[in-house]
Amino acid sequence: MSKPHVIVIGAGFTGTAIAHDLALRDFDVTVVERGPIASGTSGRTHGLLHSGGRYAVKDQESAIECIEENIILRKIVPEVIEPNGGLFVALTESDLAYKETFIQGCEACGIPVDEITPQEALRLEPNLNPKVLAALIVPDGTFDPLRLALSFAASAKKNGATYHLFTEVVDMLLDGQGNVTGVKVWDRANNTRYEIHSDMVVNATGAWVGQITQMAHAHVPITPTPGIMVAYDQRLVNRAINRLNRPSDGDIVLPQRRLAVVGTTSFSIEEVDYVPIDRSQVDLMLERGAELIPAIRQAKERGVYMAVRPLIGASGPGRSISRTFKAYDHKELDNVEGLVTITGGKATTCRAMAEKTVDIVCQKLGLNIPCTTAAAPLTSYREFYSR
Amino acid sequence: MWKITYRVHRQKGNEPPHYETFQVEVDPEEYVLDGVEKIWASEDRSLTFRHACHHSTCGACGMRVNGVEKLTCITKIKDVVQDGGTLTVEPLRNFPVVSDLVVDLGPLYRKMAAVQAPAVHALSMTPWEGQNIAPPADIPMRSADEEYIRLPDCIECGICISACPVAATDPEYFGPAPLAAIQIQGLDKPELLALADSQEGVWRCHSAFECSAVCPSNVDPGRRIMDLRRQVSAKRLKLA
Repeated sequence: MSKPHVIVIGAGFTGTAIAHDLALRDFDVTVVERGPIASGTSGRTHGLLHSGGRYAVKDQESAIECIEENIILRKIVPEVIEPNGGLFVALTESDLAYKETFIQGCEACGIPVDEITPQEALRLEPNLNPKVLAALIVPDGTFDPLRLALSFAASAKKNGATYHLFTEVVDMLLDGQGNVTGVKVWDRANNTRYEIHSDMVVNATGAWVGQITQMAHAHVPITPTPGIMVAYDQRLVNRAINRLNRPSDGDIVLPQRRLAVVGTTSFSIEEVDYVPIDRSQVDLMLERGAELIPAIRQAKERGVYMAVRPLIGASGPGRSISRTFKAYDHKELDNVEGLVTITGGKATTCRAMAEKTVDIVCQKLGLNIPCTTAAAPLTSYREFYSR
Repeated sequence: MWKITYRVHRQKGNEPPHYETFQVEVDPEEYVLDGVEKIWASEDRSLTFRHACHHSTCGACGMRVNGVEKLTCITKIKDVVQDGGTLTVEPLRNFPVVSDLVVDLGPLYRKMAAVQAPAVHALSMTPWEGQNIAPPADIPMRSADEEYIRLPDCIECGICISACPVAATDPEYFGPAPLAAIQIQGLDKPELLALADSQEGVWRCHSAFECSAVCPSNVDPGRRIMDLRRQVSAKRLKLA
């Protein structure tokens, strides 16, 4: 019997991680992506490898997912990660009052947390606001967004997955009962159109999942929630610097190569393909970032970008929606066979999202193949292009 | 808002290339890449271009803007055109064109792998801001056995290869980014010495320094190639 063929739509973190997982479980895998690798939300992520600290008080399900996956990613893909940890710093009495709640949250979620003196924090991070009142160290990190996706993509390719980049899904192939049997695509690089048939289609298009499910007369509740990031032209810190308080706007400063990146905001939009920059949010990032790292005011803006988070659920205030992920079997949801949608989640949890999704694919196809991605080191990101 | 014209290199499959113009309304504070994405989103869904991080860490969006290599995600529109003016965007040179503004960077990635360019390295291997190419002297750490790891300056964008006059005539030449990656590592490994000291290594460079002029990421490959020549010469003198 030939291998089951699965089409993965989307080559962001989730899609490439799913392709890798499927290939390791010996599926025949085809990835279709309308742009290049990681050209949607994934590429435009802040780049924080979450310890889970940020969600340890209000969203513990996400926090636990984050710390578990943080440890796994450090092992399987060290060549895209700056693993230098993170600081949560208190600058005000209100921040200080949050400290015990935060420590309890971290402990409940299994996140290692270690308090250091303000003097020690300033020695380690000389650009930190000298008014620091308390500092906690957690195992945050930063990662290169494109190279994280490329590492998964290269590993899948090595194990036989086929990629169709710049190839947009324009319609679903449906059988007489409305079940999905493949996709119709438009190869934008060569301006050709063709059909791909499969045993299962996985919709891993993040904030765009609705466009795909619509083609299959199915649906998924999703709230596209953009946030801004501003990159400055100096590496002012060596760790992720977080404000010790409830998640808020502009409360994280990350190092990456020779940059400092401040983020982010959270608001709602309708149109997700082109999100214009709101300059007032750029000003807000400077103001808030400078509270943590005053020297940002002397650095120069190097880049500004908006990323559209795919948060699960109906419309609501962005920060109140959980950062966890969910995989949907459209047979259960809409009585449409052959289509699975995965969305929500964080870059940090992409491997777990893939595991959950491929478990569902296996279950639907009546297969019992265990996931092995947690212990499988990824191949070099360079091999995606050089193979 | 400004009204400007993008003149865009177009090419599909085996068809001959041509240029197409688009009138776009932009905020001059936006970046050249934002304008390209806006054309795709609202004017022409067949336009293909490479991009990912939009803040100069991934190296995907290198293009030629008005004939000069730029990382388009950090090139502000107001710095390359005036209100009512035209800006031209073309794919990088010295790489195969896949479609429109997309090139195949495979040859560069193969060379970076061949020179064992570190994907991450100790913070102490590269300098702080304003320190030229020498490593930093002092890094505060939590304990003596700790070492910070960072992603390197080189983002493997291919911009230096596109601007290099030698790469234009000799596809086998290792080129600026791979040679700079050898310089950062030093020449303790015999295979790196052999690559650097080969016909397609440091001696092929004409010292045009176009690479350093266009590098968007503080690598300064031209100076590193000159330093690598010094290292190679020193090794040869010792071996003699």
